[in-house]
Amino acid sequence: MKGCEIVIDALLKEKVEVIFGYPGGAIMDVFDALYESPIQFFLTRHEQAAAHAADGYARATGKVGVCIATSGPGATNLVTGIATAYMDSVPIVALTGQVPTPMIGNDAFQEADIVGITRPITKHNYLVNNVDDLPRILKEAFLIASTGRPGPVLIDLPKDVQKAESGVAYPTKVELRGYKPTYEGHPQQIKKAAQEIAKSKKPVIYAGGGVIGSEAAGELKEFATKTGIPVTTTLLGLGAFPETHELSLGMLGMHGTVYANYAIAESDLLIGIGARFDDRITGKLSAFAPNARIIHIDIDPSSLHKNVKVDVPIVGDVRCVLKELNKIVKRCDTGAWLKTIAVWKKKHPLVYERKDGKLRPQFVIEALREITGGDAIVVTDVGQHQMWAAQYCKVVKPRSFLSSGGLGTMGYGFPAALGAQAGFPKKLVVVISGDGSFQMNIQELTTAVNCNLPVKVLILNNRYLGMVRQWQELFYKGRYAATCLARNISCPKICDGKAKKCPPYVPDFVRVAEAYGAVGFRVMKEKDVRPTLKAAIKTPKPVVMDFVVEQEENVFPMVPAGATVQEMIKGVELV
Amino acid sequence: MRNAYRLLLIGGNSTMKHTISVLVENKFGVLARIAGLFSGRGYNIDSLSVAETTDPTVSRMTIVVRGDESIIEQITKQLNKLVDVIKVQDYAGMPFLERELILVKVHTSAQTRPEIMQIADIFRGKIIDVDHSSLTIELTGTSDKIEALLDLLKPFGIRELVRTGKIAIARK
Ligand SMILES: Cc1ncc(C[n+]2csc(CCOP(=O)(O)OP(=O)(O)O)c2C)c(N)n1
Ligand SMILES: [Mg+2]
Repeated sequence: MKGCEIVIDALLKEKVEVIFGYPGGAIMDVFDALYESPIQFFLTRHEQAAAHAADGYARATGKVGVCIATSGPGATNLVTGIATAYMDSVPIVALTGQVPTPMIGNDAFQEADIVGITRPITKHNYLVNNVDDLPRILKEAFLIASTGRPGPVLIDLPKDVQKAESGVAYPTKVELRGYKPTYEGHPQQIKKAAQEIAKSKKPVIYAGGGVIGSEAAGELKEFATKTGIPVTTTLLGLGAFPETHELSLGMLGMHGTVYANYAIAESDLLIGIGARFDDRITGKLSAFAPNARIIHIDIDPSSLHKNVKVDVPIVGDVRCVLKELNKIVKRCDTGAWLKTIAVWKKKHPLVYERKDGKLRPQFVIEALREITGGDAIVVTDVGQHQMWAAQYCKVVKPRSFLSSGGLGTMGYGFPAALGAQAGFPKKLVVVISGDGSFQMNIQELTTAVNCNLPVKVLILNNRYLGMVRQWQELFYKGRYAATCLARNISCPKICDGKAKKCPPYVPDFVRVAEAYGAVGFRVMKEKDVRPTLKAAIKTPKPVVMDFVVEQEENVFPMVPAGATVQEMIKGVELV
Repeated sequence: MRNAYRLLLIGGNSTMKHTISVLVENKFGVLARIAGLFSGRGYNIDSLSVAETTDPTVSRMTIVVRGDESIIEQITKQLNKLVDVIKVQDYAGMPFLERELILVKVHTSAQTRPEIMQIADIFRGKIIDVDHSSLTIELTGTSDKIEALLDLLKPFGIRELVRTGKIAIARK
């Protein structure tokens, strides 16, 4: 077989059903081999979208996502998507073309050292020098991407390697002496954890994306209900535990619920599961969970003790460890604790202003949640709308809320949703996006239309880069530098906010959608929200809904960066 | 207790030198991976030496780094995470032998030459080159010994100094 055929053969053997990508000179041989293969190929309109689509596919299905691009600019366009997947531990394999081996290093046409460029944002990467290594490398790539702490792997394929013949068969197994992830937790540590749990009076489970990655939602539910311990999740952990459950505290951290953050601050035992204590969660480190002993379960040893000192570290696969833990834990004495939490929940629910009749983004998301009953895959972009989505979607199932958490990549949502839709052609896939974010991959409307991926895009259009504007309002004296998306050349240098001629929306997303062959709706009033959502869901085509919402709505609660729970801004209070 | 540790994590300044031995796949790009890990995460390398082991598919890197306990812990864990890293061993707290080789070119005159040669001799250094105005000494030894020699040579004027970086081997 030729190198390019070895690639396609390997993809088939790894049961790859779909690929996202974009062709070019240096990858033409692989595309040629793909031409008649049974693998479904999705031509995105930008390589970044191909990487995000592979990521969305992987997050939604749990399988490895595959994307492919040519050398040079094709490969560099993948970079943001690869970094996004890396930060959120998503298994993808990226294939890139490269100039022929004799030309590498000569600044050849469309040459870029993509292996060098992606070294810090991949779990591992390869430049294939010899076609005989190719079968092994492909096998290793899928193994590395999908096992241990998952992550992206890139394989750079020089054009001459794609053309070269090799008789080496695809291996059924590969051994990597430097790669041996630990799955089983240490029994002694698990026992210690159970003892800590038995002693605790105010325990909290803090669950992250690792619970979803290891398919441990069932085990987590058993663990929480058996012990009676409340559960808060990170952004990536949404869906790891049903938010409709009475033990759920919703999301914690910067824009988490008041009660989740209070619970952490008051807890005497924090059980971190598949989460990494990142700064958007902890705020000021020295004041984070000051009274708690900490148990931390994670498959990545380098996550343990990285930001906080842990009392009972357990290295292992979340699912394996929880299975063992569930065998020995008993019900905790959390009655009084749950009562305290119930009072907080009552006193500080998630609320927003409802009396003035203005169209608010939270209302749109609540309506969506109500209409879908939580039975949709929601994919978000990055900004205020993302946080409102996290707060109001009340996610119940794993792999049904996809969001770029670690890198916070605007432009992620739409292409990732296309990937999710490719994985589940029959499911309802909804993108919650912002007017800024959607424009970062708006060209994918063509992909959606041409490939019949009937994703519903819900734009919460505030004419601002809202999240940045919120920070400007709170921390930069209201100086809205470069965050107004309606701003044009005739605006005064310092916006007085009074310019009456501000257009209500920029651009006209409805007409943009129509130009691409999708369906567009605009909603300006609360009363039109539900009918429009219902109509969109019924439409068997991609739909863009432009919800023109209250411009300066803020996301609350908010624990400012590096602050403590005491400094939390609660926002609107219940009256 | 834990809070005290946390503060240490944040503001820690109790830095110590650690000698870390890393067995890696002998493939191209591995050195770049390790170097990138250190620069990307802001760790400081004091010295790094690398060469093949008796197994030609494996190389050994000896890395000398500075940092407090938590940084060293992160460094070893991050190294272990690399697929091409086979084994990481921090020699701190265990008996090990270390050596470094230096070549040092010292400024000489007819008056100072005998004294410099005497100093080199005391350290069992080898004179490997001489000309009218300089002399080159080769010395192997522990960091202490090398620093001591350099200290003595400094007043004469060190023209050039080349060091291999430390290599180390565990005693057991
Ligand atoms: C690629 C990228 N560039 C810049 C940012 C910084 N950023 C974070 S949120 C945000 C505003 C997003 O605006 P929009 O999509 O309209 O969402 P909104 O906050 O208004 O809901 C920006 C610019 C980012 N996260 N990603
Ligand atoms: Mg916006």
